[in-house]
Formats: sequence, structure tokens, C-alpha cells
Amino acid sequence: MSPPRRTALGFLAALGTLALAAPLLPQWALFLVVVSLAKGLAAAGLLLLIRTGLVSFGQGLYFAAGAYAAGVAVNQFGVADGALLALLGALAAVSVSAVLGLLLARYRAIFFAMLSLAFSMILYGLLVKSPLLGSTDGFNVAVKTVFGVAVGRGPGRYGVYGLAAVVAFVAGVALDRYLRSNLGRLAPAVRDNELRVEYMGASAKNVVYLNLVVAAALAGAGGAITALAVGHVDPEMAYWTTSGEFVFVAILSGTASVAAPFLGALLLELLRSFAYEHAPNTWQLVMGAAMLAVILFLPDGIWSVFRARRRATQ
Amino acid sequence: MSPILETVGLTKAFGAVTAASGINVSVAEDTVVGLIGGNGAGKTTFLNLVTGYLKPTAGTVRFLGRDITGMPPRRVTRLGICRSFQIPQVFDSLTAYENLLVGLGIVFMGRSAFVGSHLGQSTPEAVADEMLSRFRLSEYRNEPAAVLPEGVRKLLDIAMAMAVKPRILLLDEPTSGVSADDKFALMDLVLGAIRADKVTVLFVEHDMDIVRRYTQRILAFYDGKVIADGEPEAVLSDREVRRLVVGEGASAGEEATC
Repeated sequence: MSPPRRTALGFLAALGTLALAAPLLPQWALFLVVVSLAKGLAAAGLLLLIRTGLVSFGQGLYFAAGAYAAGVAVNQFGVADGALLALLGALAAVSVSAVLGLLLARYRAIFFAMLSLAFSMILYGLLVKSPLLGSTDGFNVAVKTVFGVAVGRGPGRYGVYGLAAVVAFVAGVALDRYLRSNLGRLAPAVRDNELRVEYMGASAKNVVYLNLVVAAALAGAGGAITALAVGHVDPEMAYWTTSGEFVFVAILSGTASVAAPFLGALLLELLRSFAYEHAPNTWQLVMGAAMLAVILFLPDGIWSVFRARRRATQ
Repeated sequence: MSPILETVGLTKAFGAVTAASGINVSVAEDTVVGLIGGNGAGKTTFLNLVTGYLKPTAGTVRFLGRDITGMPPRRVTRLGICRSFQIPQVFDSLTAYENLLVGLGIVFMGRSAFVGSHLGQSTPEAVADEMLSRFRLSEYRNEPAAVLPEGVRKLLDIAMAMAVKPRILLLDEPTSGVSADDKFALMDLVLGAIRADKVTVLFVEHDMDIVRRYTQRILAFYDGKVIADGEPEAVLSDREVRRLVVGEGASAGEEATC
């Protein structure tokens, strides 16, 4: 089976599992899956950047832009449907990154990381100082329907959950296709040797620009979904710790497969929930120990477990 | 026949150092030209000026009659001027096959932008495998470029330049880092693969035996100037060239191996 088809089938199987598991899951678990998938989206964008040789410590900027755009669309413009809001979130992030990207695409390595961090902290500062957007408190977001179904009761209980699953599925398959395309293959080429990319007739800067816009779109969609699931947005979404968490998820998950960030985000959220439940005072210690274990024993990320197994069976 | 590549008064100064001064060169299509000269004579600077990596202080570069002075490398490449490097510039984490696929994919995406695209109806994947076998790289197909022997990396570097379908190919010391015994085999292979497509070749070389055997014309560089330009035997027996480039007293063969 060809690798893109295998990935697509894997994502389809995951989507089916989420659909079948939904009626069995308690509310808190549904919420946990939604939040994981939303973070997974942002981390999948980072996977693309990492493959291009860049790490952004400012993906929270696009995450927050998507979340606030969705919130404003609901509260000010009466956009009711969650699917549309997720799309709006992605578009808002794309618009912001299309402008900032003009500058960011000129930088590499630590300079790119620090500049992206700086931009995200500027947004944080702006949000905190904007009474219209609720300053430090943010504001509530109440989504009414998802794909036309009223949220809340009956099947509507699974509205945002279904939305998150479908968006993650579409984004995952599309990103995998992109990375295997003629254009997507330029990402590792730019990471390895920009001079050669230029001497093959392509612009390394344009590749970086395109990939950072795609990464922003994913983070924006993730932010909008988080806003719908939590029912609230606040400036913390743009804060550097949020961005740092995405980097964490991306690196701990591994970058070998586009499925890795989604799985990694889910495992980390699960671990966090259980650690919080069973060790309310020392849960950070549990998280830290687990992360240390991943770094020590799975240096290529959680996904390398699958890699190793596949190699063993071949 | 009108020249494929022409430079007029090409000059490059780095502060007080003049790396190229008033270079006038005219290269006819479908020929093999050798560039010789000692270290710092300005051979690589000349390649860098022609491909747009460096912007000349003065002078013009014309390709098929068109002024391309100051164009960036990617536009020069798209017109059909490609190069290989003295130190191979490959994508280390990608396999030999993927290295070629990157270049072929670029050509595939911008077919109209590249002159004389060679993909036709075939896919980049098929052309990549065909090129691997033409350059005898098939056995390294799935090896990451980082672990390949230096000679193979050199060959891959040249194959990558060929992947973007040049009209003229500039090779910067294709045989450096290759053992003396393998040099002729390498040049046979490379020129065989390149000349099948009637690509014009300019190559920088220190081994006078190689230059004598494979070129139809030689440009001798010294101190940023072209001091001799003509048939190989004429240039190699030129008094100035023997004194300044080959090294008086030393035979060409000895010069080549040191």
C-alpha cells in the first residue's frame, strides 16, 4: 500500500474510532478529546515548520487569533454555526500570518523563533489592554449549532466533538498529501540546503512563507475549536506558555508522521488529567518525569514506537 | 553561430581585491570549455558572477543574447544555466532519489518557467529513477546523501544540476576530492551523461591531463583576468600560461597530482 493511502486509511480508522467511542465517553472525556485535537492541530502546524527547519515559539498568536475571531463572529456578527467559525478562525490566522510572514520568512533558526515569540507577546499585550475584548478576563463564546445541528442535547451533545474530529481528519490527510507533493518536498530541502534550493530554481523564502501560513491556519482552526469547546476566550491563549506547550507537544510526539501530534496531544492531555486527579499537588512533577522519560527513551518522539514496530515486522 | 554565453568587461571588486577584472568571454553553443588557473585566480568568482550569486561591480552577462546581469540564481537557473559545486551541495537528510525528486518536482511545478522542460508526459518519480541509472547512482537510491562517499556526492551534485535541464552547465572542480585513478572514469561518465543532451559545459579543473582530453577550448585565469583563450594545445603551451598557471619547470602531470 502506498504511504499516502496508508496514512489516509489510518486517519479514517481514527475518525471511525472517535465516532464509535463517542456514546461511551463521559462529558469530561469528550472535552478532553476536543482540546487534544485542537492542540494537535496547532502542533501539526509546528510539525510542518520543524520539517522546514524552523521552530516557532509564537504559534499561540495564531491560536488566539483564531479563537478571538470565532468569539467575535459569534457575539458581534451572530455567526451561529461551529463549522463556519472554525473556518473563520483559520482564515483570521491566515490573514495575520500573511502580513507577519513577510517579515518572518526572512529569518531562520533562533531569530525566527524569537521574532515569532515577540509577535505573539505583542498580541497578548494588545488583548490585555483591550476592554472591548474583555481585557485579561476575555469573554464568553456560545456556539449555537454545528453542521446545522443545535448543540447541547441529544446528538447536539457531540457537536463540537464531531467538528474537532472532522477538522483534524481533513487537516491531517491534507497535510500528509501536501508534504508528499512537489511543493511539500521542498520543506526538508530548505531545511538542509537553501543554496541548492535556489540553484534548482525555487525560492526558499517563498517556501518558508507558504509553510508558516499553513501552520498558522492549523493553529487558527485549533484556537476556534478550543473557543467553542471551552465557551470562553482569554489572552492566555496568546501567552508564551501556550506557544511553548505546542512546541512541547510537537517535539514529544515526533515529526515522522502527521498523525503523531494528534496522538501525542491526546496522550499528554490524558496524562495531565490523571496526574491532576491522583496527585493534585505534584502533578507537574508527574508530567515532568513522563516528559523526561520520553526524551530519554524515545528521542525521536512518541511516534517512534510505531516506527520501530513497523521496522521489526518488515 | 551566436554565443550561448557572453560576458563583457565583467568586473568584481571586494574592497581593494579585484577578483575579476574586465573579463570578456564568449562561449559557443554545444562546446566543452575548461577553466584553469591557480587558487584565487578568479575561476569560481567567474562562475558566481555568471550564475548571479555575486553581483558584478561592472560589466554584463548575456545568455542567448539576453542581458541577465544581476539576476538571482533561481532566475538564472530557470533560464537554463545550472551549476555543480566544488563542495557538493546536496540535501543531506534526503536519499539520493529524493534529492533528484526535489529538483525534478520544481521543474514539474513550473514547467512554463523552465526552458526546454524534459519531463513531457512522464512523472518526476520516473525521471528520477532514469537519472539515477544514467549517473550510475541506482545502488545508492535509498541512502541518505549524508552517508554517501564523497565521489558519489559529487556525482549526485552534478546529477542534481542536470535535473533542472540546463542549456549550459557550469561544473566547479568536478574531479576534486576524487582519487587520481577514478578521475577519467568520472569525467567519462559525467560528460557522457551530459553531452547526450548537447548541453554546453564549462568546467573548472586543475588536472591538465583532464583539461587536455575533454575540452575543445581553454580559458586560463590569472589574477582575475583571462590571460589565454583558445584551443587546448595552444593555451597549454603558451609561455605565460606555463609560467603562471601550470608552473614553469613542473610538468603538467606532476602539477595535476599535487
